Amino acid sequence: MPDPISLKGKVAIVTGATRGIGRTIATTLYWHGASVIISGRDEEALAALCGELQGGAGECHSVLGDIAQTETADRLAKAAFTQFRRLDILVNNAGMLSEGMIGMIKVEAIDQTLAVNLRSTLLLTQAAVRLMRRNGGGAIVNLSSIMGRFGNPGLMAYSAAKAGIIGASTAAAKELAPAGIRVNVVAPGVIDSDMTRTMTAAVREDKLASIGMNRIGEPQEVANVVLFLVSDMSSYVTGQVIGVDGGMIA
Amino acid sequence: MEEKVFQQFVTVIGVSADEDRSTIRYNETPGWDSVAHMTLVAALETEFDCMLDMEDILDLSSYTKAIEIMRKYA
Repeated sequence: MPDPISLKGKVAIVTGATRGIGRTIATTLYWHGASVIISGRDEEALAALCGELQGGAGECHSVLGDIAQTETADRLAKAAFTQFRRLDILVNNAGMLSEGMIGMIKVEAIDQTLAVNLRSTLLLTQAAVRLMRRNGGGAIVNLSSIMGRFGNPGLMAYSAAKAGIIGASTAAAKELAPAGIRVNVVAPGVIDSDMTRTMTAAVREDKLASIGMNRIGEPQEVANVVLFLVSDMSSYVTGQVIGVDGGMIA
Repeated sequence: MEEKVFQQFVTVIGVSADEDRSTIRYNETPGWDSVAHMTLVAALETEFDCMLDMEDILDLSSYTKAIEIMRKYA
């Protein structure tokens, strides 16, 4: 019986792959057989990750670029086309957190937050879908956040962008289902990262009190859900938002 | 090259082989709607082993225009 979680022979793009959740997702997809095209703004980190991803069934290629720039989406899709003539998986992971109380958020901060988190997802989805149609289908996973579902003070722009990802994904899921392309959303809660490591003890305690499982999540726990959603294990799942938040009350 | 392009219109849009090619237009020719447009783009890209620029996809509004655009990629 074929292994339904295997990604052997498939080609994946993972954005924001130089660290944290994105890096773990790219690594997980690679070691399950996929060839990965990783992107990010840190050339050294991209090279280091591709250096680590050797000896598996697939290949690793990198595209250096700022996902907020319009041309980066096209460059990523063209890398998939040039290297593999196909694309099966897209993980729109790149994102940025921005905080600011209402009335004090600069226009530039709003624009940047929407560009990195939301606009990039729309642009890359458009470019990727064209390749996916050519080989009869594919799977897209967009990273939102628990803040995109429930919001929090100081996170208006970020929550708007992450909520936008949910709206875009459910619309895309309906439009692309006839083409065999599934679109789902993963909405992490508090995950161990550079950001959570800089929390003060008081903030950390406050966060933990709101999490039913009373612990911060691991990037691998997010990557495991992404793996499920891009594999044939979820072949009848589309248009869903899956929280990975340990039972967090936002 | 032109015949390869026309064959995609026959296959995807469903135009007949003896169709007056100068009258084939997006949203006017039956079968060439927005859904079929993306299928047509995928068929052209597969046939010519290329990726069209976004501007060309939006500009591809008639058979005549398709010939003009695909010359760049053929």
